[in-house]
Amino acid sequence: MQPSIIEMIYSQRQEIIDRWKEEIQHFSDNEFSRSLPSEMYNETNVEFVHLIIDTLELEQSEAKEKLRQFVERFIHTGWPLSFFTQGMQAFRRVLLETMTSQETINSKKVFETFYEVESWIDGIINQLVDEYSGSWENTLHLQKLALKELSAPLIPVFEKISVMPLIGTIDTERAKLIMENLLEGIIEHRSQVVLIDITGVPVVDTMVAHHIIQASEAVRLVGAECILVGIRPEIAQTIVNLGIDLGKFPTRSTLRKGIETGLELTQRKIVKISSDEFR
Amino acid sequence: MSVQSNVEVRTEWGIVSARQAGRNLAKEIGFSSVDQARITTAISELARNIYLYAEKGEIIIEAVEEIHSTGVKHGIKITAKDKGPGIKNIRQVMEDGFTTSGGLGAGLPGVKRLMDEFDIDSVAGEGTEITTIKWNS
Repeated sequence: MQPSIIEMIYSQRQEIIDRWKEEIQHFSDNEFSRSLPSEMYNETNVEFVHLIIDTLELEQSEAKEKLRQFVERFIHTGWPLSFFTQGMQAFRRVLLETMTSQETINSKKVFETFYEVESWIDGIINQLVDEYSGSWENTLHLQKLALKELSAPLIPVFEKISVMPLIGTIDTERAKLIMENLLEGIIEHRSQVVLIDITGVPVVDTMVAHHIIQASEAVRLVGAECILVGIRPEIAQTIVNLGIDLGKFPTRSTLRKGIETGLELTQRKIVKISSDEFR
Repeated sequence: MSVQSNVEVRTEWGIVSARQAGRNLAKEIGFSSVDQARITTAISELARNIYLYAEKGEIIIEAVEEIHSTGVKHGIKITAKDKGPGIKNIRQVMEDGFTTSGGLGAGLPGVKRLMDEFDIDSVAGEGTEITTIKWNS
């Protein structure tokens, strides 16, 4: 930026800051700012505006780093991006008003000044948006990973018996995971019976049913048996209405009944022992 | 209750949000939990058809009412619209077990059984519009 512009900004630094503070009063009355103590809000404003002006005399990379550190703190505490973008827009308005109020500047100079100020401010806004969206993408990525870890666990509950509890919507990607985890788990735990629990699946449409049928067919091929449990009454009715044939598919109403059947299939049962035996 | 929600279906998440909107409205109208499940399943089928065959389209969910001599009947109307390839042979897709995607082929005939009124309008190469209503008895 031209030294003359920087000089101008410095010479009117206090005036610009004061006017900016006034300007942002207009949109400070939102839910977020009301939830904060006003000293903290004002302190942040002051820190922000000084930082903006300080970036003028810093090296570009240094300024970027400083801004990044500043913003990072606020991303984590949940400050909205609009606070910063609106703040920057107001700053630009104030700056241009202050600068052009001096009558000595000719029109060509005005244009140049506008251009320089615009690119400076836009650079900062772009960086702010980048920092925020980068942090959102990162969060989204981590959540996706976490969800994937939760999506289709196979739990060995007894010798030869495993349970796969399914909770939430089943989409194509998850259906693939269900299939993979089922088959791998059966081999790993040497399961003979797998119970698929759909208590937590909100909607069983033809696609979900199709995936479950396919999975059970694959389970049969690796030498185990699949039992569908946790069919809620309303789901049972919709399955019948849809006309999905689960006739070939062993089903039980609850996980408990499913485990009993699983034990029967592996020639075992749970018995209650009398209290003398227990001693 | 002049609520109407339009949900755009482009991804599998669109299917989920269409279902959610349908379930909320069905609850508001006062459908039983069995009917809520029927309605959400029907929406799921219609939205999935859009996603699978037309790539994009929209699901419109609205509350409807019909005035009878005995009182007012409330219901939910679901419209699935797309500008996809259309359906060449409507009679065939309404048969159980017919599928072009390797699925179960129970989708559209299933929706018809889940709901009370069902209307399908499709022109090959132009798109498909399916309208279906469930009345709260």
